[in-house]
Amino acid sequence: MNEQDQPSTEVDVVVPGGGLDRFPNPGLPAHQPRLADLSEAGGRRAERQVAALFAVSILGTLVFLVAYFAVPMDATFYLPGVGETYGSHVLLGVGLALALLGIGLGAVHWAKTLMPDTEVVEERHPMRSSDADREDAVRTFLDGGPASQITRRPLIKYTLGGAMGLFSLPLLVQVVGSLGPNPQRSLYMTYWNGGPSDPGDHPTFKPLRLVRDPENTPIKATDVTIGSVFHVLPEGLLDMKDNVLEEKAKAAVILVRMDPSVIKSQKEKDWGYEGIVAYSEICTHVGCPVGLYEHTTHHLLCPCHQSTFDMTDDCKVVFGPAGRPLPQLKITVDDQGYLVSAQPFTEPVGPAFWGMEK
Amino acid sequence: MTTSVNRPADRLRQDDAPATVPASAGARRLGGVAGWVDDRTGSGKGVAYLMKKVFPDHWSFMLGEIAMYSLIICLLTGVFLTFWFVPAAQDVVYNGSYVPLKGVEMSQAYASTLDISFDIRGGLIIRQIHHWAALMFIVAISVHMMRVYFTGAFRKPRELNWVIGSVLSMLAIVEGFLGYSLPDDLLSGTGVRAAEGFMLSAPIIGPYIAYFAFGASFPGTAIIPRFYSLHVLLIPAILVGLFVAHIGLVALQKHTQYPGPGKTNDNVVGYPVMPVYAAKAGGFFFIVFGVTALMAALVQINPIWAYGPYDPTMVTAGSQPDWYMGFADGALRLTPNWLEFSTFGYTWVLNVALGALLLIPITYTLLGVYPFLERWVTGDTREHHLLDRPRNAPVRTAIGMTAITAYGVLLFASSNDILAIKLGLSIDDITHFFQVGLFVLPFVAFWVTKRIALSLQRRDRDLVLHARESGTIIRTPEGRYFERHEPIDEYTRWNLVQHEAVAPLELSEDVDENGVASPSRRRDRIRARLSHFYFKDAVNPVTPAELAAAHHDGHAAEALDAAESERVELESGAAEH
Repeated sequence: MNEQDQPSTEVDVVVPGGGLDRFPNPGLPAHQPRLADLSEAGGRRAERQVAALFAVSILGTLVFLVAYFAVPMDATFYLPGVGETYGSHVLLGVGLALALLGIGLGAVHWAKTLMPDTEVVEERHPMRSSDADREDAVRTFLDGGPASQITRRPLIKYTLGGAMGLFSLPLLVQVVGSLGPNPQRSLYMTYWNGGPSDPGDHPTFKPLRLVRDPENTPIKATDVTIGSVFHVLPEGLLDMKDNVLEEKAKAAVILVRMDPSVIKSQKEKDWGYEGIVAYSEICTHVGCPVGLYEHTTHHLLCPCHQSTFDMTDDCKVVFGPAGRPLPQLKITVDDQGYLVSAQPFTEPVGPAFWGMEK
Repeated sequence: MTTSVNRPADRLRQDDAPATVPASAGARRLGGVAGWVDDRTGSGKGVAYLMKKVFPDHWSFMLGEIAMYSLIICLLTGVFLTFWFVPAAQDVVYNGSYVPLKGVEMSQAYASTLDISFDIRGGLIIRQIHHWAALMFIVAISVHMMRVYFTGAFRKPRELNWVIGSVLSMLAIVEGFLGYSLPDDLLSGTGVRAAEGFMLSAPIIGPYIAYFAFGASFPGTAIIPRFYSLHVLLIPAILVGLFVAHIGLVALQKHTQYPGPGKTNDNVVGYPVMPVYAAKAGGFFFIVFGVTALMAALVQINPIWAYGPYDPTMVTAGSQPDWYMGFADGALRLTPNWLEFSTFGYTWVLNVALGALLLIPITYTLLGVYPFLERWVTGDTREHHLLDRPRNAPVRTAIGMTAITAYGVLLFASSNDILAIKLGLSIDDITHFFQVGLFVLPFVAFWVTKRIALSLQRRDRDLVLHARESGTIIRTPEGRYFERHEPIDEYTRWNLVQHEAVAPLELSEDVDENGVASPSRRRDRIRARLSHFYFKDAVNPVTPAELAAAHHDGHAAEALDAAESERVELESGAAEH
């Protein structure tokens, strides 16, 4: 066995403050001269190199200026390794880069070849102040308190404490009070409830036709062939002047027709129409649209965090971090054969939140 | 100085000191400005001190510099961008130069970002420099932080600066997230949508946070101007303030240095600011800026025109945040969904809150407290200005690799979909591998790193005790063979033996001489156990006594240089056996 396998048993343990048995520090090694230190020719060579780099910088600035004033913005050219690209952009960037790199590399090369490279030793002193200074600071602080009479005058002490404790309230109240509004029932509703669903809105339910997004045209049940997918919104949403994105962010629905025999859930069949089913497209994880439908497995996949929902079984989560199934929209057909909603969503769509079951 | 014209009461002034001292030859060459400023501020002494200040040289000290310069580049290009960017979510119909989006309705934020990219000359280069510099800023901060950690530069008196640096690092990723959310393209909007989900996941107050932040239902028109205020005003102000404090403390405490010949805990060996560091550090700013500009010229970053305007019903496959948010995104992908559950009718959305709300604060709290924890365990209250070689602190190094491995698992997990496609593997398998890996791989990394560090330490000892094997075989007159070992010079040796020997803290007596149990017994026991964890396997540096013993030990006679002068000694040593 070699002795280094168990060194700690033999070695003197160092106590804080210094070693007991240590090699001495050999001190700085001797300075190694550089080419420029040894001969004037070496120095002149370094000088030319530094000057050449600064000249590259000047050239880069000229490239930038020429590119800015002479190269049209929409002219493209083929750059190997990059592809078809805008000449103006590349020349401006490369010109600027040369202008900067020339200065930087020149200065560093200058420092390394010509400036003094003998190491300098600077003393270091403990960070703490001297005992006298510390004592003085403490005394000044401790004397200052009584001098202000704060210890003798409790009325001042307590009112000051109260005032200091309370003064941030106006600022806090302003920010918290004026941000807003409170969500109210907005998170529990969508446009399918019968109209806009912002905080303060109280829509009453009416059946709404399912329309294609973005064509805004109603969908006949007979148009929906097996295997087809529609991105659907409630009728009227796209005709609004404002808040289109806000309503879309909750009301978006994905509509699919499957062979009814593959649907496992009776409730899903009942809420659909002859194998046509509609589910909220907003992921129950953090709200991305669940846009990827796999025809063969009838799985819906969210591209953000890969939550996967089974469309044949109430859109239950079969993989990924989403906590609950996508809510189903109950649909039927109106007397003209168009698909309409039969009731609003019966649970909140999108990301889960505290109190969502209330 | 005298005046040529007689003034009243001149006699009273005759004993006055002259108003100004004649300038020295050197000061005259510098010109009057320096004198003018010093007359009014007395800054000459401080400037002289700063110009003479010595900084040690090492490539790894440039990492922090890269971070500092990237921040400056971001501030500079950011100001340019504010001249044209319109932080508003109101709709406009795009009518700029980018043909595929002509006539499309979009927010003013997105339209103005397109204008910066296509209609403002040089706008795209500034925008791409800004984005690349932001990415580089966070890369540089992270690698700088690793350098500081693995070399023990966070030890007293620099714990405070470590905490400031941790806060800077956390703010930098928040600032980055706010920045890439502003253009309101499909990718950034997807990120903001997820951020709304994160806010909603907070217990009790989630819906209120979301509605207060967004000013109503998602997306609303308030979030972009609010993010803009935070991105260009509040967070940069804090970043700059903390960064000035960070640099100020470095100057005040003087830079740490790597151990080496001539370097001690009581000195700084390096080059003075004037002229060497002025040229090197100043030049380095231009190099960082130049490299960023070159990347911006040749490598496309965040092509927002390819994504289209944000629409909550659209998303692209492979959506990912910028790299520094990857670990949080990966955590979201790995969290099992049963962590969403209800108690008494209220929903705990921990499957989101863990990764989105808690991970970052927990990570940075652990980072921030580490120096204090290590100080408590080691009981070391001395100042440390000499850095550790990572191998000489095996457990610290291993803990660092543990953290980096966990971070790496989360980061790769944020690409689980892309890995599945590129590697042709099942995404389920990849995700399950990462879920298990998050808890297993860090321990593997700990064990492997610690073993490697200990082995390297043993190798150092071996080198000091036995020197280098030369491959030259020497035959003694009796016919014995020795391999000649090249001696190492004292400078090389110093690098291998300069560190301090360490040993675990001993547990003191549980009871004092009167048989009274020590009140801090439990704490001491935990501390002794942790100290044991840190130092039980310590491989300590070779001492002169050990080296002498190795030389006199017949077996280790190989360690001797078989140079002419020492051959006699070698032969006599061999003869004794």
